[in-house]
Amino acid sequence: MVRIVGVDLPANKNVVTGLTYIYGIGSSLSKHILQEAGIDSALKIKDLTDPQIIAIRDVIKNCLIEGDLRREINMSIKRLVEIGTYRGSRHRKGLPARGQRTKTNARTKRGKRKTVGLGKRKEEEKT
Amino acid sequence: MGRSIKKGPYVDEKLLKKVQKMEASGQKTMIKTWARSCTIIPEMVGYTFAVHNGRKHLPVYITENMVGHKLGEFAHTRVFKGHSSPTDKAATLT
Repeated sequence: MVRIVGVDLPANKNVVTGLTYIYGIGSSLSKHILQEAGIDSALKIKDLTDPQIIAIRDVIKNCLIEGDLRREINMSIKRLVEIGTYRGSRHRKGLPARGQRTKTNARTKRGKRKTVGLGKRKEEEKT
Repeated sequence: MGRSIKKGPYVDEKLLKKVQKMEASGQKTMIKTWARSCTIIPEMVGYTFAVHNGRKHLPVYITENMVGHKLGEFAHTRVFKGHSSPTDKAATLT
């Protein structure tokens, strides 16, 4: 098991794929990191030697990942909300901010479907 | 897609002229404007604009971290007060 910036990497995967388990590293950045560290990307994670791991760590130090990246994203959202932009208000309401339709779809942002309807009507009829 | 860097940010010329005039005279009055697509530039910081939202002019006070946004982003065009609650609907039916 290899640990880089607080994330356990899967032992049986290729290094390129394994690095993408870190938040903020996708496949292209992963390739770039390995190139810079001088490591064969077809290597499995369990086969990495200690100096190789240290080399990867050194390269990753320059990237914006994990907590720092999350903080930066939250900061920019907070900024939008604070200065009162339209995009900020969309973030506050949990709706898509880039003009997508919301009559249907937008499920990623709005989360699981919940039915809104005449839930309280029955109660009224009883009384 | 962003605007080409060669052109620079879009600033409404008439509005810019008004801002410069105000800066020269040193007074701060509200500027009524319909130019929602005008980018906010550092010269505008500290002034209040009345930005049209399609119906009326909403006052927008420009602060430093608004620079780079458009004026229209701060004057919302739609007002959503929420859906009426089911109980209200039932009441109107009866």
